[in-house]
Amino acid sequence: MGAAPSDAADPVALDARVEVVHQGARPFALQAHVAAGPGEVVAVLGPNGAGKTTLLRAIAGLTPLSGGRIRLGDRTLDDPALGTWVVPEQRRLGVVFQDHRLFPTMSVRENVAFPARARGMRHGAALANADAQLAHFGLTEIADRRPARISGGQAQRVALVRALASKPDLLLLDEPLAALDAQRRDTTRAELRAFVSAFAGPALLVTHDPLDALLLAGRIVVIEAGRVTQDADPATIARRPATAYVARLAGLNHYRGRVSRGGIELDGGGRLVAVDLPAPSSSGSREVLIALAPSAITVHTTRPDHGSARNVWAGRVRGIQQIADRARLDVAGPPDALVDVTPAAILDLGLTPGSAVWLSAKATEVTAYTAE
Amino acid sequence: MRTPWQLRVPAAVAAAFLVLPLVALLFRVPWLHLPDLFREPIVGEALRLSLLCATIAALLAAVTGIPLAWLLARSTGRLTGLVRALVTVPLVLPPVVGGVALLSAFGRRGLLGKPIDVVFGFSLPFTPFGVIVAETFVALPFLVLTVEGAFRTLDDGYAEAAATLGASPWFAFRRVVLPMMAPALLAGTVLAWARALGEFGATITFAGNSPGRTQTMPLAVYLAMERDPDAASALSLVMLVVCVVVLALLRGRWLTTGSAA
Amino acid sequence: MRALARLTPVVILAAVALAGCGDSSSGSSSAGSTGAGSASGSGSGPVANGSLTILAAASLRDVFAKLGDQFEADHPGSTVEFSFGPSSGLATQIVEGAPADVFASASAKTMKTAEDAGAVNAPVTFATNSMTIVVPKDNPGTVDDVSDLANKDTTVAVCAKDVPCGAAALTVFEQAHLDVTPVSEEVDVAAVLTKVSLGEVDAGLVYVTDAALARDKVTQITLPADVSATTDYPIAVTTESANPALAQQFVDLVTGTIGQDALKAAGFAPAP
Repeated sequence: MGAAPSDAADPVALDARVEVVHQGARPFALQAHVAAGPGEVVAVLGPNGAGKTTLLRAIAGLTPLSGGRIRLGDRTLDDPALGTWVVPEQRRLGVVFQDHRLFPTMSVRENVAFPARARGMRHGAALANADAQLAHFGLTEIADRRPARISGGQAQRVALVRALASKPDLLLLDEPLAALDAQRRDTTRAELRAFVSAFAGPALLVTHDPLDALLLAGRIVVIEAGRVTQDADPATIARRPATAYVARLAGLNHYRGRVSRGGIELDGGGRLVAVDLPAPSSSGSREVLIALAPSAITVHTTRPDHGSARNVWAGRVRGIQQIADRARLDVAGPPDALVDVTPAAILDLGLTPGSAVWLSAKATEVTAYTAE
Repeated sequence: MRTPWQLRVPAAVAAAFLVLPLVALLFRVPWLHLPDLFREPIVGEALRLSLLCATIAALLAAVTGIPLAWLLARSTGRLTGLVRALVTVPLVLPPVVGGVALLSAFGRRGLLGKPIDVVFGFSLPFTPFGVIVAETFVALPFLVLTVEGAFRTLDDGYAEAAATLGASPWFAFRRVVLPMMAPALLAGTVLAWARALGEFGATITFAGNSPGRTQTMPLAVYLAMERDPDAASALSLVMLVVCVVVLALLRGRWLTTGSAA
Repeated sequence: MRALARLTPVVILAAVALAGCGDSSSGSSSAGSTGAGSASGSGSGPVANGSLTILAAASLRDVFAKLGDQFEADHPGSTVEFSFGPSSGLATQIVEGAPADVFASASAKTMKTAEDAGAVNAPVTFATNSMTIVVPKDNPGTVDDVSDLANKDTTVAVCAKDVPCGAAALTVFEQAHLDVTPVSEEVDVAAVLTKVSLGEVDAGLVYVTDAALARDKVTQITLPADVSATTDYPIAVTTESANPALAQQFVDLVTGTIGQDALKAAGFAPAP
């Protein structure tokens, strides 16, 4: 899919320093800095309740900032210190909501024509424009239907077309695939990728699904409990997760420790050896993070004394899980580890919860890095 | 789920209680004399006046009441509760008391009526405008309450979506909220119309009774009872038929206050 | 289920009876309740010291209340209950079978209706009432006599022609050879008085007895003798009375010296 027909206003960049504080029964504080350049797709990833939706609503103007500043291009949208506030309808952004929010009393065509009508375009011209947009995205056959008569996937696509029809400077997508079933999610994700990458301005995609983030975004901002814990490209996130949450998403074992005597003493107990140790941080701290893939660990029933692996430790199987074509063992150390093995190996080794095992991992598989 | 008899019996009582008097009325009507009775100009005048004033009152109530209902539905705080309570007062007020209150405000010696009379030489009582004012006064709270309840069921999300698409709040209200709420708004307006049509106490106290000018059907029926119960039955029949026809036309999908289809 | 089928009519009747109590839409002068079953029980058989239910025209309220007290004092152990309202409404109630012992009407016509329907026996006129003009205290329309009522700029309120005081007002205008278009034809005298006392109209036509009772709110302008319109007030015992002997005694009180004096004091004129 090529770019949607648009008149070219120069694409701008988003720079949002968002501080939102809610007092009361459930106190909540969000403090995040998110930036996105023209054409960039940034995913905001985090668990439920982390503040992702609040962040999006603050940028959209649906929730006011308590502090900070939001700039889009050379316009300041919200700055409490200066008393600047631009109402949502003048922010020139497009939002795709999780529940699409297509207006139920209007047809698909009228929904897509809505932004133009809101700006004062004549009824006939707006409808013709809408038809052109729908044709471009291959949605002409549902143009006359009401939202209640189209599928969830179609509705999300229409919602996206509608948001783009308002010629926004910034695209905000709030969990766009969350309401779809697994199968539709995959096909819609692929289409979404095409639409969004053709958008000239910055796009912010809020999601709790790491697959969305990895496949759609060029950069991922991780938010946990109201704070940004990592802001990096997908590859870095996947190999060097900054927190246990991210590591879990990336499917890695994650540890914190201190470099000492050529190895790393882990916070939870145990010791690992890595090939590349990062340099001490600017403050002289020797604290490091460690990522170790479950597929890089080998399981033995007796102590492996004669192998090349430099990391060997004993453990006890806590649980066994089937994931796709693999079995994942949850082993208590220290250090605790998730280990992937084939189901056949489980049988061969006679592994059950409670079994005593030995784990080994090559030093080359242990990735040590600092949290910068 | 089958309906338990503990519910069916009271329901039957309610239905019978409401239907029985109407059926009995049909027995009272002097069917043979109807043509003569209807030929009297009083019938046509009263009916025409009633329908005209009730319709205008309902429209006035809608035009002012819908915005008020919207505001009440969106606001929180003690002032909102107070305003809502005040708006509801005419509902529980005996209509005659309402009429007296209207005189105090808009009568010839009223708070607002007196300066208007002095400046424009015009006063509302004893005019059809007075009828409309009295009917709007009693019908407006009905509309506000019905419609406010409906507005509360509206999901904020649509208004938010409209805003992010560049719609001003007024545009969003006209193009998104009103169409979605149309069935409930219509139901509220019809309710207000029916209330206005049947209004007696406030009308006669504020607008008086003058055939052709302020004598609405309820007044005509009441006075007809004084001189000729047959005529009263006949006039009652007319009102009954009019109401049934209007409600039948607007039944079903227009009158449900449920969510928009 | 059969027990419930038997219960349902009882429930319906109870509901109807309860609904008959209270009527918020009628004019302000009706003190009594409407509909069957509204009056209190009429005693258990003819007893000299029983209770009486008297339906009387609204304009008789003050006088009859006093006479009621007098009657109870003269007949210890008896109770007199009144239901005041518009004469035609009361006549309808009696014809429909409302328990009542005495009917005192402000209109010979409504009494005749009741008599023709066989609801009352041998009515006798006990008083007459005549009309008068009332104006607000400050007389905004500068009304001095009846001819001012025909003035195009003067707003006049009268009773509706279907009501006795309205018929009387029409007679007044006929006799005075005046073409008067009232701005409002009220359902009863009290409503006319209200409009006048509030200053909503320049003048109204009411009974002299009502004008007397409202003398602190309105000013009375006497009609000339040749323009008078009088209304006869008949009284009768009902045929269905449970206590006809006692009822007759009340009628005798009204037509007797005490009653006539009380009526005269209120402004009524004696029967012709």
